[in-house]
Amino acid sequence: MANQEIIFAGFGGQGILSMGKFLAYAGLEEDLNVSWFPSYGPEMRGGTSNCSVIISDEPIGSPLVVDATTVVVMNRPSLDKFESHVVKGGLLIIDSDLVNREPERDDIEVIKIPAQTVAEEVGSKKIANMVLLGALVEKTKIVSMESLLNALKHHGKEQFFELNKKALERGAEFAR
Amino acid sequence: MAEKVLMKGNEAIGEAAIQAGCQCFFGYPITPQTEVAAYMSRRMPKVGRVYLQAESEVAAINMVYGAAGTGVRVMTSSSSPGISLKAEGISYIAGAELPCVIINIVRGGPGLGGIQPAQSDYFQATKGGGHGDYKLVVFAPASVQEMVDLVQDAFDVADKYRTPVMVMGDGMLGQMMEPVEFKERPKKELPEKTWAANGLRGREKHNIINSLFLKPEELEDHNNKLQAKYKEIENNEVRYELYNCDEEMDLVIVAYGTLARICKNAIKMLKKEGINVGLIRPITLWPFPTEAFEKVMDKTKNGFISVEMSCGQMVEDVALSVNGRKPVHFYGRSGGMVPTPAEVANRIKGIVGGAK
Amino acid sequence: MAVVFERPKALLDVPTHYCPGCTHGVIHRLVAEVIDELGILDKTIGVAPVGCSVLAYDYFTCDMYEAAHGRAPAVATGIKRSVPDSVVFTYQGDGDLAAIGTAEIIHAAARGEKITTIFVNNAIYGMTGGQMAPTTLPGQVTETSPYGRDVNTAGHPIRVSEMISTLDGAVYVERVSVDSVPNIIKAKKAIKKAFEIQLKGLGFSFVEVLSICPTNWGLSPNESIKWLRDNMIPYYPLGVKKDATTGEVK
Ligand SMILES: Cc1ncc(C[n+]2csc(CCOP(=O)(O)OP(=O)(O)O)c2C)c(N)n1
Ligand code: SF4
Repeated sequence: MANQEIIFAGFGGQGILSMGKFLAYAGLEEDLNVSWFPSYGPEMRGGTSNCSVIISDEPIGSPLVVDATTVVVMNRPSLDKFESHVVKGGLLIIDSDLVNREPERDDIEVIKIPAQTVAEEVGSKKIANMVLLGALVEKTKIVSMESLLNALKHHGKEQFFELNKKALERGAEFAR
Repeated sequence: MAEKVLMKGNEAIGEAAIQAGCQCFFGYPITPQTEVAAYMSRRMPKVGRVYLQAESEVAAINMVYGAAGTGVRVMTSSSSPGISLKAEGISYIAGAELPCVIINIVRGGPGLGGIQPAQSDYFQATKGGGHGDYKLVVFAPASVQEMVDLVQDAFDVADKYRTPVMVMGDGMLGQMMEPVEFKERPKKELPEKTWAANGLRGREKHNIINSLFLKPEELEDHNNKLQAKYKEIENNEVRYELYNCDEEMDLVIVAYGTLARICKNAIKMLKKEGINVGLIRPITLWPFPTEAFEKVMDKTKNGFISVEMSCGQMVEDVALSVNGRKPVHFYGRSGGMVPTPAEVANRIKGIVGGAK
Repeated sequence: MAVVFERPKALLDVPTHYCPGCTHGVIHRLVAEVIDELGILDKTIGVAPVGCSVLAYDYFTCDMYEAAHGRAPAVATGIKRSVPDSVVFTYQGDGDLAAIGTAEIIHAAARGEKITTIFVNNAIYGMTGGQMAPTTLPGQVTETSPYGRDVNTAGHPIRVSEMISTLDGAVYVERVSVDSVPNIIKAKKAIKKAFEIQLKGLGFSFVEVLSICPTNWGLSPNESIKWLRDNMIPYYPLGVKKDATTGEVK
């Protein structure tokens, strides 16, 4: 049974919402049930941003993820807030360039990626989110890389496609 | 088959309305429904229709009154505090028998409350937030797809009965993205709007859009006419879903909207523990699906539980439908707190006893 | 050592929720300094609007109310009429005051209600994420005027101070800005005068403050200051619009 309940979290402007969207679109490409649900309202004003994405072959209940099979964090406050939301045996993906502490849990799998550095090598810090997303897809196999690339092709900006693709591939290496 | 696209509930509402022929949209920003207005402000001018941001919800609903009176399809959209302001206008619209669609993307109250999802406007929607003996048809979709379908149906029902229709979702439904498909819809046979006041244009007798009846006999006649119409709606337009209700059940949940989805997950969890629970999901909150209860009354051992994101509103209609024949329980969270499937399951175990 | 700069007593020592660079904080401070200087903290009652400054009740140390969207002047009227020796102010954004609350502000002014209104004009709805306000400039792009405000369909911006100054109940009306230190000093003077007029029981006093919203304008705080100067001040000229204490009407 395919089922991933994911929380993406970080600062506004890091592409948190869009990495969730691309994943949801990839799920749609595979005809899975998908939902995407952003944090909304004035809490955004504090600069934090997060979204819940569910991809499942079962009908989806609440789109709000509480017990996450995977959490992706791109800043320290997000790690503080969401580390406890990872289910036992679940996956935590951290942008280690931006998160300056070690996770406390020892009952989950952790992948640390210097995503800013990697993204800069690829071409732009702006695509650090894609580096992390690449690792997520490689590790969880919730969708195929091909579907994710299709999602990028259909719903992303054309001029960034090649860069994004490279970033995804570099990220995937960290999950192998 | 039309292509499936990922769309935010709020934007899907806008697109559904446009495809249903909505000619005018009058809005005012309020979280968590502002994207409806934003979407309409982008799209309506492109299709040569009217988008207008009113100076308030009071103005917006009266713009609806004006537009509906001319016979065009019209919609407004808001969230709880704004709907309170629209209540006066809705009463006038019901009194003047005008068709329109009103969206409420509910947030927690009372007062300014909060902005997170809630279902605490059930009373306001189904028992009349405004004054007088009127009813509002209330649709409660549980997914973005159903939201699209019901918004489109809402225009038809409104036109068919000359009555305002509300589509009520919660902040979750407004903000979430899900795959949706905009299907080709067969054209409905609808009565001609001979009552519309859009200028005589050759017509001999003038049309009047009005809810004032100073003579008590006349107002009573008018009310009787409205009630007859509401009866007809009760007979024809009730909608609900029964889920897992075929066999003997330990308990039946009654829940609507996104919360019904959460309850379905709770039902699956309980099944694994040998507890069999059914679900009645009202799709029309008014008319309330009383008949659904008859179908499960003899099959439920421990009666019913109304699960709500409120402090207990729909439970009153559940109790009326059950009418003392079986126990009626309640579980609710409020203020924007969304119950988890595990919470619902635990509460149910407390009622039916643990695993068997 | 002499303390030359400290937090006004009328402000609580808490971080605000405003975006970096937002001038709501500056305006709060000016109001608080005036309350301190006039020594009226004890009898001042503030009314917060619905808008970004909705949480102003958590920042001022005086008694505070939170009003429904646009209704602050009516709430303030109720307070002032119940406790006539109190000093009552409303603090309202442009959506709150000039859209949904137009009736309340006009009638409070017309009645000559002895209250003070601080009107923060940032040409946009901040709280709800950047929709068109009544004060949004022609051509200005917002979330609900995506092709730029078209005055043919969305109407013209409202110059609230000029409008209020036509009402006989309004005693003092001034428009100020917080885009520079000299202007901030002028803004404080205006706010102080407005409160003094209330203290003297002369009638309704109103200060419009041009303010920035970097977040929803999509500009940096510095660019926002420049945008205010280049675009808002020409449309919304600064200065005293009416001063019945001197008989001045502009
Ligand atoms: C009756 C009602 N309608 C709408 C809203 C949503 N709402 C909250 S704040 C706001 C506008 C705020 O804009 P403004 O007054 O310009 O203040 P700013 O946030 O820019 O400081 C709106 C429309 C509400 N809370 N209540
Ligand atoms: S949204 Fe605009 S007005 Fe509101 S706090 Fe941020 S910058 Fe200030």
